Amino acid sequence: MGIGLRTGVLVLSALACASAQSGSELRFCLRADPKTFDPLLAEEEPSDAVRFLTGGVLIRFNRQSQQLEPELAQSWTVRDHGKRIDFLLRRNVRFSDGTPFGPADVVAVVRRIMDPNLHSGIADSFRSTGGDIRAELSGPNEVSMFFSAPVAGLELLFDQLAISSSRARMPQNAVLGPFMLTEYKAGQYVLLRRNPYYWKTDSSGKNLPYLDSVRLDIQANRETELLRFRRGELQLVDKLEPEAYQRLHKEAPSTVRNAGPSLDAEFFWFNQAPDAPFPAYKRGWMQSKLFRRAISAAVNRDDIIRLVYRGYARPAAGPASPANSLWANSKLTPQRYDPQLARKLLQEDGFRLDGEGLRDREGNAVEFSLITNAGSTTRTQIGAMLQQDLKKIGIRLNFTPIEFQSLIERITRTQQYEACLLGLSNTEIDLPNSQMNVWLSSGALHAWNPKEPKPATSWEAEIDRLMQTQHTEMDRKARKAAFDRVQELIAEQAPIVYLVHPDVLVAVSPAVRNAAPSALPPHLFWNIESLWLAGTGQRRKN
Amino acid sequence: MKAIRIVAVSILSSGAVLSMGAGLLAPYNYAAQFREHANEPPSRKFLLGTDPLGRDRFSRLLYGSRVSLFCAPVAALIATALSAGIGLVAGYFGGWANEFASGLTDLFLSLPWLFVLLTLRALLPLNLSPWPSIAATFLLLAAVGWASGARIVSASVTSMRTAAAVLQARAYGCSNGRVLRIHILPNLKPVLSAQFWILVPVFLLTEANLGALGLGVAEPMPSWGNMLAELQNYQRVAESPWILAPALFLFLVVASLHFAVSGSTTWE
Repeated sequence: MGIGLRTGVLVLSALACASAQSGSELRFCLRADPKTFDPLLAEEEPSDAVRFLTGGVLIRFNRQSQQLEPELAQSWTVRDHGKRIDFLLRRNVRFSDGTPFGPADVVAVVRRIMDPNLHSGIADSFRSTGGDIRAELSGPNEVSMFFSAPVAGLELLFDQLAISSSRARMPQNAVLGPFMLTEYKAGQYVLLRRNPYYWKTDSSGKNLPYLDSVRLDIQANRETELLRFRRGELQLVDKLEPEAYQRLHKEAPSTVRNAGPSLDAEFFWFNQAPDAPFPAYKRGWMQSKLFRRAISAAVNRDDIIRLVYRGYARPAAGPASPANSLWANSKLTPQRYDPQLARKLLQEDGFRLDGEGLRDREGNAVEFSLITNAGSTTRTQIGAMLQQDLKKIGIRLNFTPIEFQSLIERITRTQQYEACLLGLSNTEIDLPNSQMNVWLSSGALHAWNPKEPKPATSWEAEIDRLMQTQHTEMDRKARKAAFDRVQELIAEQAPIVYLVHPDVLVAVSPAVRNAAPSALPPHLFWNIESLWLAGTGQRRKN
Repeated sequence: MKAIRIVAVSILSSGAVLSMGAGLLAPYNYAAQFREHANEPPSRKFLLGTDPLGRDRFSRLLYGSRVSLFCAPVAALIATALSAGIGLVAGYFGGWANEFASGLTDLFLSLPWLFVLLTLRALLPLNLSPWPSIAATFLLLAAVGWASGARIVSASVTSMRTAAAVLQARAYGCSNGRVLRIHILPNLKPVLSAQFWILVPVFLLTEANLGALGLGVAEPMPSWGNMLAELQNYQRVAESPWILAPALFLFLVVASLHFAVSGSTTWE
């Protein structure tokens, strides 16, 4: 079938399906069942999606403008150098069960956060300063929160804190978001209906959201998801593989969008732990800045992007993606492919070429293993490319994909590995605070040498100091300056060799109006209340 | 039937010759990446096109066939030898030896193979170059694949133990070793032969499964397993049918083995 004909069939089937739908129901897929509907316990992607669609928050971070916007809080003021925040709450707001929202509900949520038995990532972010968090009513529509120590970037934390009703038996029974949970069939779907009491209106005064319902089909298989999108049964597909994106682009260019580089990154690092069970001479290479930088210069990132990501990724200069305009250090440029520089740096470090193989100053052949999680086509391909790139400078790389649990065991506990290739799915906008555990030398996720009793090197000590500064500093410019310097140190020392930031590739049915995919999660439905479906009786009339 | 067997044996022989001659016949090294020619369709330069990293699919198929066609029979031979050893001891000596061997066999039969292989694979040293990694993968297959054969051998030996020839040999004072070697082992030939030919395709397919999970033969060495992993994307198969070549090879070899073996059973 020709491309034109296929496009025609795709468009016709999408239109036929759209007109056959009752009301305006948006459909897309979750990769797995949500583990919880309690917004405070949501940690994985499916639960997060439901939380975002149903939860009302005090402050929202706009995924497009990257600015904070008032939601349930009409305004707020940070006082006492970040130890207190006062909220003036919006009046006449009701929960989805019709009961009124007030400061007592905020106080009740804060009390839940402080419950030590609540194992919740969101609560952990609030409790990161240690000590108590108190919330007090300070007026009929005012509430104040008190922290025992200054919290940098305090307002951003509230983007994830869904306020539930203090009177509801279950937090999901009375919500303040645009939709409310109506039905859940395990392994099949989650049905959300429009919250009739949602407070927001559009510029013409119409009540939001426009959609009547959102159906989240649980579908792990990406191929089936794409097939259903093609048939018009789904309107949104998140995180398309580059190959699927290209294919859809050929068939129906108007359905696919590239939202730009994501917050995610692919990278590898060398194990520098002093007790790692491999020969001391290898540890010597890995602890050498020149060796690490030489390896970084020998990697052809442009080829990785062209072949593995089909052009839909950006070379990475460090942990902050260019999508994160709040934190990316714009002065840093990604390491360019330069095998000559790599050879020069290795020579400076005492390495020499012996025939086609590289040897260190003691005459040991330079060879190391790189592990990654099995089953990832992307990482398998990157590994094979790294093998060829490093072979050009005389290094033999043994690339070994292993089962994921075994990999985690090795990198976190036994340290039985030499180098590891992984990626990080980042959902947090406040990158420095969310990565304290990675960059502090005492952090459990300090990949190259976890839980150092004291910083092993002077540059790690400097990173520790800068990370602590940004964590307690209230002035955003000063925080940015501290984290910029951290990024510079990471680029100079290359403890982690950053490779690419993949693009956010999505598919949106032409029937969906007001869609504005963002590089920041949730990419497709961050403005859910404004989305509507064409061909379903226009926007819902009030 | 004879004609089918001849065709099957011819296919197997041709496959063996082609793969063993990979070093001479393959136009390129299996690991060479022609990055400017990635994902190309078949052409004069690349007979089966190139993969996403620009590696020649034809060369990789020849080398990959060598890996699979050489290693699977070797692993099957080892597993058959283990079956023979354990089955002989269990069936001939009976008593505690039989109980021990039966227990061991039951244990190995009850193990979920794939998960055992995944665990054992995770325990292997990381700094293995491709050939030791291949050898390790197939040795693991042999180590977990002997059990069903051992049970059949044990049952056969138990029945032979009371055969007139064996009783006479023992009455004449033949040692156990001599009885086993001269009177029992030769009579097990059909059973062991059948076991061997059953295990070859089983190991080929298991390696393919491991490869599809990314846990088979390590990159950059090709095998049917890691080449088949690409077929998980059915859309790509529709657009580039030539990537089915390793699946076709696997199908031909497994089918040929079936016809060759069933032919031999019929005719012998």
